[in-house]
Amino acid sequence: MAGAGKRIALITITAAIVCVVIGLYIGLYLTNVPGSAAATTTATGEAQLYLGTVPAAETTDPHPTWVSYYVVDAKAQTWQHKTTFVLPANTLVHVTIYNYDSASALRNNWFGQATGTVGGVMALNGKTMPGIDPDLASHVFSIPQIGLAVPIQGIPDSAKNPCGNAPCSLSYDHTTTTFTFRTPGKGLYRWQCFVPCAAGFIAGFGGPMQTVGYMDGFMKVV
Amino acid sequence: MSAHGGTVNVEGPRHWRNVVVLWLIASVIMVPVVIFLIGPGLPPGNGSVEASGQTADNTVLLALATPVALGVLVYLGYVLFAFRERTPDVVLDGPAIRGNSSVQFWWLIVTTTLVLFLAGYGSVRLLADGSGGGQGPNPIARPAVPAGGKLLVVQVVAQQWQFNYRFPGYGGVETNQIELPENTLVQFNVTSLDVIHSFWAYELGVKADANPGVNNVAYVTTKGPVIFHVRCAELCGLWHGYMFNQGRVVSKADFAAWIARQRVYFAPATKTLPPYSKTYFPPALRRAG
Repeated sequence: MAGAGKRIALITITAAIVCVVIGLYIGLYLTNVPGSAAATTTATGEAQLYLGTVPAAETTDPHPTWVSYYVVDAKAQTWQHKTTFVLPANTLVHVTIYNYDSASALRNNWFGQATGTVGGVMALNGKTMPGIDPDLASHVFSIPQIGLAVPIQGIPDSAKNPCGNAPCSLSYDHTTTTFTFRTPGKGLYRWQCFVPCAAGFIAGFGGPMQTVGYMDGFMKVV
Repeated sequence: MSAHGGTVNVEGPRHWRNVVVLWLIASVIMVPVVIFLIGPGLPPGNGSVEASGQTADNTVLLALATPVALGVLVYLGYVLFAFRERTPDVVLDGPAIRGNSSVQFWWLIVTTTLVLFLAGYGSVRLLADGSGGGQGPNPIARPAVPAGGKLLVVQVVAQQWQFNYRFPGYGGVETNQIELPENTLVQFNVTSLDVIHSFWAYELGVKADANPGVNNVAYVTTKGPVIFHVRCAELCGLWHGYMFNQGRVVSKADFAAWIARQRVYFAPATKTLPPYSKTYFPPALRRAG
């Protein structure tokens, strides 16, 4: 009898431990979200956001071949693999995107025009324009819920000094896209890329295009 | 035999009469409640002629289903009450259930009649104006154009994860918002640039799958000004749950002003778009797997 009791107790304890481990795994999986980064605030109360896009994430990343966005510190040029941007509500946000990736072209040329920005324009390497040649688009930074979509021109295929994996210093070949938009009221908004830029995936729209933390993320307006 | 030796007449006409009377009373009360109180609040509302038609259809279906449901509920409630064991000191099983050809006959007659009527009713309603549903590239149910009006063609271009709208009658301009003029017959040409989506304009009563390489036509006749919500109704990837936007039905003058603004604002993009076509096949992409 004593032996049977011990066996039952052992089985019960083991089952409880297994259940707790499974519960922890599920709980951590469901609550694990990519980190967030806050925009810097300017003296005039406006916000500044620096981003970088690279053809491949860091070599230490779980997906070192995936194309990805990064948050970039403009001064220190430190890169953070975060795709949730925390921004103040009803505020002008100046966005600068350093792109080290080449062009993939758009599936819908409509996204070659900047929409939803202040003045309906963007600037490519300092030159103001309404949009770019759709065939030269490398990525799109878009927040459909507020009608924002800005195309990002790629570096030429013949670039002499391309950057492979993040992080990439400004000495590598890149394009610089800037634009300004006004944040809406408080809330969680999603952003995405509209260029089928996921190399090696069906129609270029798998992998990093379907994973938050690479070519998709959130704008958390507070 | 009951627990006390008496007999219970479970097949007596009194029970059937009671059930039928109770069912008739419940139906006489509830059917008007369904038609006049619940019906007007049924989805999708009155945002368009087709939406009103769907609301009417839903009312008809519910009004016909109500006596059926009441029949089941009244019968269940009656037998639970009438045949309950009043002195449960000794529990005995009831008498064996035997076939009742009369009940089976009428059950078949009534249910068959109901189903055939609904099949006929649904077919007639569907063929009248398409009921806002996608009819494929060769629609057979086309509503009449309102007097003094003309057909407005709007192309719905779906892609992961946004709906865009193209207006071939206005220079082929493409927008990321949608406004429609009131009292107008609108022909939606729904297509996709990548995977299968579904264009669902809830308050307008329009729902049409967006398939790549296919033109799926749906009609809607707008009524007065209304705000409607567009959602994707086909699981299409990561941001499917966020694939929505909001549209408006406005006066014809407001629509004319809005579409004129869109043509100016999106002029740079319009220049780069391919000529208007019922379907699009984006060229092979350098990076596509």
